[in-house]
Amino acid sequence: MRIQTLVWREIFERKNQLATSFLAILLGVSVIVAMKNITFYSEKAVAYQLDALGANILILPKSASLQDYYGADMQNEEFPEEYVTRLTTSDLQGLDNLSPKFSVPVEAAGRRFILTGILPKNEFQAKAAWQGVGIFSRPEGCGVAVDVPGMAVPAKETLVRKRVIQTLGTNEVMLGADMAAALKLAEGSTVPLLGRTFTVTAILPQTGTVDDARAFTHLHTVQQLAGKGAVLNAIEIVGCCNQISKGLVQKINQLLPDAKVATITQIVDTQIKTNRMMGRLSMLFLTIIVLVGGASIANYMFANVFERRREIGTLMALGAGSPVVLRMFLLKALWLGLAGGVGGYVLGTAMAAILGPRVAGVPVFPMLTPLFWAVGVAVVVCVAATYLPARRAARLDPSAALQEI
Amino acid sequence: MIALQSVSKHFQHRGKPVAALANVTLEIAKGDFVAIIGPSGSGKSTFLHLLGGMLSPTEGKVRIGSDSLYDLTSDERSALRKKKIGFVFQTFNLVPYLTALENVQVPLVLAGVAEDEQKRRAEALLGRVGLSDRLDHKPCELSVGQQQRVALARMLANDPALILADEPTGNLDPETAEGVMDFLGELNREGRTIVMVTHDLRLAGRAKRALRLVNGTIQPDGHARPGPAEVPAVAENRALSTN
Repeated sequence: MRIQTLVWREIFERKNQLATSFLAILLGVSVIVAMKNITFYSEKAVAYQLDALGANILILPKSASLQDYYGADMQNEEFPEEYVTRLTTSDLQGLDNLSPKFSVPVEAAGRRFILTGILPKNEFQAKAAWQGVGIFSRPEGCGVAVDVPGMAVPAKETLVRKRVIQTLGTNEVMLGADMAAALKLAEGSTVPLLGRTFTVTAILPQTGTVDDARAFTHLHTVQQLAGKGAVLNAIEIVGCCNQISKGLVQKINQLLPDAKVATITQIVDTQIKTNRMMGRLSMLFLTIIVLVGGASIANYMFANVFERRREIGTLMALGAGSPVVLRMFLLKALWLGLAGGVGGYVLGTAMAAILGPRVAGVPVFPMLTPLFWAVGVAVVVCVAATYLPARRAARLDPSAALQEI
Repeated sequence: MIALQSVSKHFQHRGKPVAALANVTLEIAKGDFVAIIGPSGSGKSTFLHLLGGMLSPTEGKVRIGSDSLYDLTSDERSALRKKKIGFVFQTFNLVPYLTALENVQVPLVLAGVAEDEQKRRAEALLGRVGLSDRLDHKPCELSVGQQQRVALARMLANDPALILADEPTGNLDPETAEGVMDFLGELNREGRTIVMVTHDLRLAGRAKRALRLVNGTIQPDGHARPGPAEVPAVAENRALSTN
């Protein structure tokens, strides 16, 4: 037999008295776990949706207007391509899918379209100064790297909307759906634009935006054909939502004071508000579990010490010192916390899986991280709430305890 | 040897001091069997707890062997109890949620004895008190006599040199009480020192000597008695008549 056996036997002997305190911890922890779980997948889902919209930060010339978000780059103002280097060599966190663009109007078959120059991913990789700053590396929780179970992976064709094109030859062009339809072009066809013949490498899917009337080709080709040198109309950025909420836009403004930085604020604001609300609710429940759960346990433990005075006195008469008695009660609290934490995790995860789709409209799956969090909170609350009663037990006068009953 | 040197113990009761022990000086030799007699509330249990290192005196010193009990820290006194002192209680004080075997194992757990050895010794001790067939019974499943035998086995677990018995037969029928006294006598003959408090004069006669606790002072009867096995049942009347 060990001290631990004594603790276990006592717990099971008086399990009914322990039930209320256990329930307080169990329910408190389970609600927190459920909220954490739902929040996590809700954030992922919103990030996914944001990513599906394409870039959420635009860098434009200072004087540019922003009446049409998707057509914001089609203006006469320009700024140096060197801004890309400034961004890539900065220490800004949360920049994802940087996409510099330069657009010029073109005519084909008597109709006006936009020829937009973009930089493929391999251009970034080719420039040593642009590497190692996280561009295309997609930090966790950002952009298309977000993997939401149950949601479809974006089709390869849509990647141009996400501004991630692996390679793009100098004479290759990708056509928007409307432009391809108007010119009756298919993949592999050729099309003359600004006096150069381009091969159509892809027809992009319908987006319902001005992109449908665009042709995309290599940035440097457009710059060369327009004869304007290394200039841009816009830099599109998929910014990490969390970083946007932490002031990414303001930081870019400081880095590029001569440019205008715009964002899809409504979407980001909604995300920020949701995150804040869930965060506040989690803190509220954490406070409740600490106060109600802790008070319940402390109350139970004080009663338990009072009820076991004779037993504690007897153990002391048999040679148990204060540390042994203290350990007995703290071990009991530890087991209560472990059981409450694990039970709360299981219950909370089940609640999240059931309620997640109904409450937040997202599929929720079990996560391991909240287990450690749940057990940690439950154990800390239980042990902290038990410390004073345990100390009282350890300081019990054995003589008085044995005589008074 | 146990020695009390000018020991006093005062309590506060509703703001007024009450003397439980007043300037008691006493020596109890190794192997002695001493009965402390007195009416209920006379402070007999207080005296026993003081000897057991669980109640510090207001004044004076208590020595067990070379140790001045109350010059030790609380945890050192616990360690001393663990090694040298065995308690027997009137109400047995068994842990209600443990079996007989586990109750006897408790002092061994506290002493850090290995689990196999705990079990072996506890089984042997329960066998000695005739409870080999009740190892897995909880106290509520045992008769009061059996519970006291479990308590006796528990008291012997760490092989104590000093046994402090607080009304060990107070809750028992006369026949069972005789058995317990016989057992204490046997332990005394093994060389253990026994200090027993009781208000039963007949049982006090089974001790080698009886001391009366009156108004906080110990009054020895002055007569060394023959060994417990030789003491006739009426001996306490003779002994007490001298007080």
